[in-house]
Amino acid sequence: MQHLLKTPTGIKGLDEITDGGLPKGRPTLICGGTGCGKTLLAMEFLVRGATQFNEAGVFMSFEEKPEELSSNFASLRFDLNDLIDQKLLSIDHVKLEPSEIEITGDYDLEGLLIRLDYAIDSIGAKRVVIDTLEVLFFGLNDEDLLRSELRRLFSFLKSKGVTAIITAEQGEKTFTRFGLEEYVADCVIFLSHSVSHQIATRRIRIVKYRGSAHGTSEYPFLIDEQGFSVIPISELTLDHPASNERISTGILRLDTMLGNKGYFRGSSVLVTGTSGTGKSSLAAHFVNASCARGERCIYFAFEESQNQIIRNMHSIGINLNQWVEQGLLKFQNTRSTLYGLEMHLVVMYKLIDEFKPSSVILDPISNLVETASKPEVKYMLSRLIDHLKTQEITALCIDLTSSKEEKEGTDINISSLMDTWLLLQIMQGSGERNRGLYILKSRGMAHSNQVREFILMDDGIQLRDVYIGSGGVLTGSDRDNQQAKDKAEYLESKQEIERKQREIERKKAMIEVQIASLQNQFEAEKEDLLRLINKEKLRNELLLQDQLDMSKLRQADPTPKSSNSSEGSYQ
Amino acid sequence: MSHPTHDTRQYLLRLYVAGQTPKSISAFANLKNICEEHLQGRYQIEVIDLLINPTLAKDEQIFALPTLIRKLPEPVIKIIGDLSNTERVLVGLDIKVLAPEHGLKNAQP
Repeated sequence: MQHLLKTPTGIKGLDEITDGGLPKGRPTLICGGTGCGKTLLAMEFLVRGATQFNEAGVFMSFEEKPEELSSNFASLRFDLNDLIDQKLLSIDHVKLEPSEIEITGDYDLEGLLIRLDYAIDSIGAKRVVIDTLEVLFFGLNDEDLLRSELRRLFSFLKSKGVTAIITAEQGEKTFTRFGLEEYVADCVIFLSHSVSHQIATRRIRIVKYRGSAHGTSEYPFLIDEQGFSVIPISELTLDHPASNERISTGILRLDTMLGNKGYFRGSSVLVTGTSGTGKSSLAAHFVNASCARGERCIYFAFEESQNQIIRNMHSIGINLNQWVEQGLLKFQNTRSTLYGLEMHLVVMYKLIDEFKPSSVILDPISNLVETASKPEVKYMLSRLIDHLKTQEITALCIDLTSSKEEKEGTDINISSLMDTWLLLQIMQGSGERNRGLYILKSRGMAHSNQVREFILMDDGIQLRDVYIGSGGVLTGSDRDNQQAKDKAEYLESKQEIERKQREIERKKAMIEVQIASLQNQFEAEKEDLLRLINKEKLRNELLLQDQLDMSKLRQADPTPKSSNSSEGSYQ
Repeated sequence: MSHPTHDTRQYLLRLYVAGQTPKSISAFANLKNICEEHLQGRYQIEVIDLLINPTLAKDEQIFALPTLIRKLPEPVIKIIGDLSNTERVLVGLDIKVLAPEHGLKNAQP
């Protein structure tokens, strides 16, 4: 079987959901209600064909005049007149005034075919748009004839080998009011424009595409100054890359808490906390660090204006304005209620694709709930996060939790989508509210289990240890008090020790003095005694000598000296 | 009813066709008959084949064939079909008929 050839439309996203474009050489029906963007889509198909693929196109208009088309599309920066001059576009306005048509007998629509044929051949067109055929039904009021003529028109288009778009108005129960879909068997695209919660969302759906794979969902699309963009919301896949690269949170101590390195690149980070816990400041630090590395960042703000954020962050010493000026930081400030959830997604996708950031901030995601139900928000966020992960863009989502009761939960239940979850909370006590930060989870890395006190200073966020001691977990001035008290106690005991040590020294000195004086006394007594001993010895010697002398005189027998002499030697 | 009897205006009629189809042949024959009957001596018919002059289809805002355009007298009037419904052709081209039974019809446009 021959592979189905396709003609790329060049329209953002449409070629992706149609798996390559519209069926080549065949008509495609685009239907939808009034104001849903049929004409725009059709014209953009021709303009992109001419400008991107060098394929000329014919626009046969039953409604708007060439001048009207030119001025309408000038606002979308499509210069139709220039394309007409370059013979890349031909506009043929078929004027049909039902009141001026007088039918006098048999007729056919050969005139239209001749006009189309001539227009196609004169510029070698490969693309044709007919916008919208219904006008014929109103003007001619002969359905049987029209049906056979339309069949002829479609076979004519096929024989010319042009890729055609036929637009048609939506019917009450059918895709088109006059059942045109039965003639166009190859590809039918339906555009809708629905309003819920007073917010309009445009959607596109491929109803039918014979012989081709195509997305079957309803895809949101956007019409802005660059034309049509369809966002191919991929089905949730789980095959995105997982980087091992780590990037700083912008706060040194937080990096330390996250395994010493910070977030994983391409991961999703959730920061939750009640109002005034410093969530945006945490985000600003991350932005600042990203931009300082020369990476691009988009800040989606749903609550505050760009100037407000820049001013506020200035107060904690973060200059975001410099990054805006250097083109590294882009703010996208929109009220969440400005448009529907899917439109937000479309706008975000588009901006992300254009700006190619390394990281994005969503501040706060909880505001999106205003526009839709929680499951819808969760679905949207999971698609967004999926999209960001496939592109390795780090996402930091801020979630404002409304109540204090449910601290370890998010209002939208998206925590399971997140890789890292930082919880900021108010610790109240002693007439003070202090900010505390801890890491609830952080997949794939060792992380601190400690609560840190979080202080906003002139020069940014500082993380401090909370006091964990005899007084329990304390923060703020309580912690300071307790620490002062502890310090005083410590000082006091230190002084006590010093005092005791000094006493010891003193006692030792005192005793030493005593010892010295006793020694002196002893020396003195010892000298006296020795002197006495010597005196006694001398006396004994003299006595002995006297005795010897005496005995010599008396000529007595020599007597043993031992008893006398031993007395003296013992002293 | 302002010109009850004598219409002296000159008619310039252009019949647009695409080749010699049965419809174009019968359209021409029908036109010829009507003109002979009601506009004798003051009409001129030009047959234009769009297969030869396709640009005229756009210029003259033609989508159905055959189409007859009354170029004169002003204003320009366009009617569609093979002109087999004579009554509609007369009304469409604003041709005053002499027969009294058609008098009422004339007032309509």
